[in-house]
Amino acid sequence: MRATVLVRPKPGILDPQGEAVGAALGHLGFQVRDARVGKVIDLELEAADAGEARAQVEQMCERLLANPLIESYEVSIDGEPAA
Amino acid sequence: MASPQPRIGVVTYPGSQDDGDALWALAALDAEAVPVWHGERELPDLDAVVLPGGFSYGDYLRPGAIARFSPATAAVRDFAAAGGPVLGICNGFQILCEAGLLPGVLVRNASLRFVCRDVRLTVERDDLPWTSRCTAGRQLVLPVKHGDGRYLPPPQLDPGQVVLRYVDNPNGSVDGIAAVCNEAGNVLGLMPHPEHAVDPLLGSDDGALLLASLVDAARARVLAAV
Repeated sequence: MRATVLVRPKPGILDPQGEAVGAALGHLGFQVRDARVGKVIDLELEAADAGEARAQVEQMCERLLANPLIESYEVSIDGEPAA
Repeated sequence: MASPQPRIGVVTYPGSQDDGDALWALAALDAEAVPVWHGERELPDLDAVVLPGGFSYGDYLRPGAIARFSPATAAVRDFAAAGGPVLGICNGFQILCEAGLLPGVLVRNASLRFVCRDVRLTVERDDLPWTSRCTAGRQLVLPVKHGDGRYLPPPQLDPGQVVLRYVDNPNGSVDGIAAVCNEAGNVLGLMPHPEHAVDPLLGSDDGALLLASLVDAARARVLAAV
């Protein structure tokens, strides 16, 4: 089973990396109002079905992949109907 | 009776850098400095523990995020729960935050630059073992060297848990916080490096004030156990 986790800096948390990327895009001539930089984590895991996979990946996010003080996360499971 | 030599452990994680200096500084301040490998499930008999600076696990994911699952970190958690003094320096501070032993989190410097220079700090509290050799309001000069040192406290942080503040904030830490302790006061994390500042030849020996305070606290534990 394949799963993808998107980890984002929470709104309101200063993201200097995003600011630097936004400024660099501005130097290239793009009109960028805001840029935020997060992470993508692709996983391949053993699970009986999409529901079990989601439960597992959410546990992974809570315990390791995201720090809830500063980051939010979004899980998508391959083959699971889009919400 | 001669004053007993306390045993202070320094945990080495894969990617720790400052374990050698921490061991050297503690020995110079008359402690028995004990190297501890991160894979050890049980700590040897210790009176205090130091988590040193560096880049454990290459800072992958987030600084300290993976080191918090090392067997020795679990043992350090038990040691702290029993009241043992635990000091986290730089990456050690990041590990203690990720492990939930200290409140808050350390994120990328606001400048996005790695800062490596001496900074001035104000001692906020002198009623804790960490600063017993200082007086509140005193300024210390210690080096910092980090890319992820901007401290974000949780909203409910008790201001009494702030032990050191930057005079000139080098990284954008909220309220200039440079060192924070837990509610019980026996776990401290700080971004500056006292272990690099224990000899005037190195530009400052103010770090010796903090580490000697820790050695005093560890010695008091030895005496209490006798």
